[in-house]
Amino acid sequence: MALLEIKNVSKSYGSGSSKVDVLTDINLSVNEGEFVAIVGFSGSGKTTLINMISGLQFPDKGVVLLHGNPITGPGPDRGVIFQNYSLLPWLTVYKNIKLAVDEVFPKMTRKDKDKHIKKYIAMVNLSHAIEKMPSELSGGMRQRVSVARALAMDPEVLLMDEPLSALDALTRGTLQEEIVKIWSQDKKTAILITNDVDEGILMADRIIPLTPGPNATLGPEFKINFERPRILTEINRDPEYKRLRNEILDYLMEVGATRRQVSDQKYLLPNIQPTLPSKSLFGKRKKLVSNS
Amino acid sequence: MKEKTIRTLKSIGLGFLEPLIRAVSGEEPKKNLGTFVKGTMFPIASIFLFIAIWHFSATALFNKEANVKIEKARTEQGEEAALAMKACIVSGDVSCQPNTLPSPVQVLAAYKTLWRDHVEISQKKDEFKEKVASTNAKRADQGLGPIKYTGRPSFLDQIITSLKTVAAGFLLALLVAVPIGIIIGLSDTLRNSFNWLIQILKPVSPVVWLLLVFMIVKTVITDPNMDKSFIISFISVGLCAMWATLINTSMGVSSVDKDYINVSKVLNLSIGQNIFKIILPASFPLIFTGLRITVSVAWMVLIAIELLAQSPGLGSFVWEEFQNGANDSNAKIIVAMFIIGIIGFLLDRIMLTVQNLMTFKKA
Repeated sequence: MALLEIKNVSKSYGSGSSKVDVLTDINLSVNEGEFVAIVGFSGSGKTTLINMISGLQFPDKGVVLLHGNPITGPGPDRGVIFQNYSLLPWLTVYKNIKLAVDEVFPKMTRKDKDKHIKKYIAMVNLSHAIEKMPSELSGGMRQRVSVARALAMDPEVLLMDEPLSALDALTRGTLQEEIVKIWSQDKKTAILITNDVDEGILMADRIIPLTPGPNATLGPEFKINFERPRILTEINRDPEYKRLRNEILDYLMEVGATRRQVSDQKYLLPNIQPTLPSKSLFGKRKKLVSNS
Repeated sequence: MKEKTIRTLKSIGLGFLEPLIRAVSGEEPKKNLGTFVKGTMFPIASIFLFIAIWHFSATALFNKEANVKIEKARTEQGEEAALAMKACIVSGDVSCQPNTLPSPVQVLAAYKTLWRDHVEISQKKDEFKEKVASTNAKRADQGLGPIKYTGRPSFLDQIITSLKTVAAGFLLALLVAVPIGIIIGLSDTLRNSFNWLIQILKPVSPVVWLLLVFMIVKTVITDPNMDKSFIISFISVGLCAMWATLINTSMGVSSVDKDYINVSKVLNLSIGQNIFKIILPASFPLIFTGLRITVSVAWMVLIAIELLAQSPGLGSFVWEEFQNGANDSNAKIIVAMFIIGIIGFLLDRIMLTVQNLMTFKKA
């Protein structure tokens, strides 16, 4: 049985005439230990989808099942790495992670907790910054803290909502490799939301495109069969990589193009003449008229 | 060491000393000394300018009032009386001095008088204490309260009383406004339900609060031994000043960044932990801004309230001096004005320091 199942899920925002159907008929099943990437345009409802898995939002129709049980709310069995890090700025790196550890492992002794926290901080190479405040860290370091926090909860499923999209290309590359390395150590189930096809190919076992919204749904899946560990520079030269990348991009462009056609609507603009500055001056107007 | 001193100074609002410290420690002495002079000498120059303007306007007012007095003497009692009046004013005799805006020199003299007065009174107090020490010890053995000094309070005693009143009022505001603000902030419904009440009560004048508190306290407290005027004044101060904290707290709590709330949800924090570990720290900056406003407002309304409530303190000091009408009363009022201003400024600085210590830098 699949660990996580999404069945016929639909979600819309607003009501009445302003109602927008964001997601329609989403079906997905993720097996244990699998790394799935969902790739889609911005605004297509990716964050909504991951929020329904994490339990922050609920579907209008359909169900999201974890171990066959419907998700009723957020829980520490699903660790989330947020797009904007969401670190608490009044706590140090250590305490940010401790907050999560305290909550998930209330019975752990203080010594074990300390060891546990330090282990995950070391895993993301931040041991030197353990007592720093988030405001003293760079974007990449903050996201590492966020990764460490999610991992320290020892979740069954790791949910990543565009975790690297706010970072520069170089930091992004190293963090991609680091996340995959950590993931391969204990083979947690992982779902990555991204708008970067390359990122998906480098990290995931499967890539599933999300068609552009409204009424976004999941497209056909693409299996990624590259050997792990994948190294960006090597994969880049692989013809299979190019083929796969183009195929996914083609698919996304195609659905994107049809969307554009659908929304090809003529906008009637009101017929307005520009007002010249001289004409709008009081008193002078008469003079202008009389002159002409 | 140097950087640490500078940071400490900055956090308590003495950042203008930074270039001096840098210059002394040999860091670009010329440039830093220049910055220091610019940042320090000009404010000092402006103080002297202020005193000069004050001095000249006080002199002008003095002359005007003197002329009026002389003219009055002339029209009412004739030329001789006018000359006598003039001579009297020039001689500096207390009985005929024009009563107007005191000059800086007079204010300084009044300050010295007040200080001497304070020293004298504290001496008397000490003597009194010595005198009654043995009696008080006996009374304590019998289970009776000690005999207290009941003489006139000195100016410094008045200041301390005022500070106590404002501290009690501030504490009341803190204990009432912060919890209510948190509760209201957590629920949209509650906030909407009480918004009208808050908006209506917020602009009510301190005087009206005082009368309202008076009505209630007079009924509730019947024990004649209790210091009713103190209770009335500190409750009024608290009620006047708490609105800024109440509104800021409820706003801070209701507008906590959604990201932090999401973290709390994902971690499945309990309600208590959610409030104490996420919502409160996240709204500290706004709460402390509110508290800072509360302290300034409390100090400002305190004077008016003490004046009306006949409760001892700076307010009643000002009022008594005004009623007194002695020749240095006006100068004493000005002394009180400066003391009030300086203490208000210091209170604000203290709150600012606390605020800086308690709030985080936004990531």
